[in-house]
Amino acid sequence: MNQIMNIDEFPMQMFPLGESAIRIELGTSIHPDIHRRVKRVTDYLDKHPFPGMIECVPAFTSVTVFYNPLQVRKLHIDDPELKDQTCYEIISTIIQRLASRMNDTSSDQPRVVEIPVCYGGEFGPDLNVVAEHNGITPEEVIDIHAGGEYLVYMIGFAPGFPYLGEMSERIATPRRPSPRTSIPEGTVGIAGMQTGIYPISTPGGWQLIGRTPLRLFRPHEHPPSLLQSGDIVKFRSISQEEYESYRGANCR
Amino acid sequence: MSMSVLQPGLLTSIQDLGRYGYQKHGVIVSGAMDAYSLRTANLLVGNEENEAVLEMTLMGPSLLMKKDTLVAITGGDFSPTLDKKPMPMWRPVYVKAGSVLEFGACRSGCRAYLAVAGGYDIPEVMGSKSTYLRAGIGGYEGRALKEGDELHFRPQAGHAVRFMKRLEKAAGSGSYASTSWYAGRGSIPQETDDIRIRVTRGSQFERFDHTSRHHFFHQPFRVTPQSDRMGYRLTGPVLQLQDPLEMISEGVCLGTVQVPPDGNPIILLADRQTVGGYPSIAQVTAVDIPIIAQMKPGKTFTFQEISVEEAQRLYLDLEKDMEEMKIAIHLRIM
Repeated sequence: MNQIMNIDEFPMQMFPLGESAIRIELGTSIHPDIHRRVKRVTDYLDKHPFPGMIECVPAFTSVTVFYNPLQVRKLHIDDPELKDQTCYEIISTIIQRLASRMNDTSSDQPRVVEIPVCYGGEFGPDLNVVAEHNGITPEEVIDIHAGGEYLVYMIGFAPGFPYLGEMSERIATPRRPSPRTSIPEGTVGIAGMQTGIYPISTPGGWQLIGRTPLRLFRPHEHPPSLLQSGDIVKFRSISQEEYESYRGANCR
Repeated sequence: MSMSVLQPGLLTSIQDLGRYGYQKHGVIVSGAMDAYSLRTANLLVGNEENEAVLEMTLMGPSLLMKKDTLVAITGGDFSPTLDKKPMPMWRPVYVKAGSVLEFGACRSGCRAYLAVAGGYDIPEVMGSKSTYLRAGIGGYEGRALKEGDELHFRPQAGHAVRFMKRLEKAAGSGSYASTSWYAGRGSIPQETDDIRIRVTRGSQFERFDHTSRHHFFHQPFRVTPQSDRMGYRLTGPVLQLQDPLEMISEGVCLGTVQVPPDGNPIILLADRQTVGGYPSIAQVTAVDIPIIAQMKPGKTFTFQEISVEEAQRLYLDLEKDMEEMKIAIHLRIM
């Protein structure tokens, strides 16, 4: 059932996910090099969707491609090589044909997105917990957090929520023993070695260290997510006044 | 106004066939749990299959109809009445302005659908009218319906208006009239049915131990009360991996059967997240999703393995049946 071929001199494996999706596996670990392969495949398919394709979803090591079997059947009926194949065979043949063209490196230069964050105070009630846990001052936590560069591996879990690359272990802190019932939109948190931003209000057990005035989920804009897979995020510490003026500008 | 909500029911929301193309932004697909019933309801009132309808759950709403309308009710049997008189399902029904449409006890299934000719006047968000409850977008103000909500209908197409006028004559002084013919009713399992849900193997099927793989296809599973639009949580034989597995989150689909560390499987449904980090033992075939959607908590069933080719054939067969039903309905209401 699996076909193997090369992209960027790396084996690419395909698996069916039921009748309407296929998963393309491009690696087995969370690593920027594997992420780049994922991004190349995603960017190519987004720019050149095959007939019958619905959408594709990039993850850490794989791309899941959704398709409409009926459309795939109808739209490839005239292709002599494909007409006697099953829908899944058609899709895997198409992706194999396209694979050699998926080495476009033009999108490898990432976009850098700065996220202003007002750390501590009411926005970051757990800043002191993180500092105490690591035996440093709250100011040092802010410097370390804002000093990092974080690759957006993928968007998921919630609309616009970025899965970011690893954070410095000097500020790593376990989740809270019991989750909060509601965490406001824009809150920046830490869970173990991970840092993230809540795009919508939700329950959660992360340690909360600050809040951004930027809206990560923008349902009426295109694209609806501020961050995209492949971006580099940098946090910048801002004052409460700056936060308020950002919010004011956002509302207008 | 076209319709007022007198009682909202347990969870009544606007849904169409879902929001596609935005999963890479973390935006879930949503949409009707039982797509078969939604499509049938729309066809019966002369709408496009994908038009938004009301999805109700276990306990339906009471609605004051403020305008003469052509409607269709499909899905589970919620004992619908119009001005206290039992109302037929799975067929077009003319309802008179001023009448009250009430849904009562759920006699079969779990979800019912109410389509109105022309569709509800709901703006699209990211190409869909479906309610995305957690993000508060889409549908009616991004939420389930509440008492006092007022829904507007869009103008009915010419053929729907003409068909309604014919039924209106048949209604005379009564508050509704329906056709003698009906369509669909495929997805509703009967109480006595021995339900088999067809699945293909999941991405990590081979990683489960021999006993778990055997039990998965031979022992019954029960739908627990912790089941909702996001997923159905099941109890039955506990499923275990052969060896510990370091999972990296990956894309998931409608019908993916995930197994968290407690060994109780979850079937991911309309409001599933876009990615998941639990091993997947199976993938429910698309044509059997409506049957899952119509199972109440407490219902038991077994999984049956089929090949991907078979699943695709079932999908194409269903689409052919839908196409034939569409033509048959068109011939009657055009």
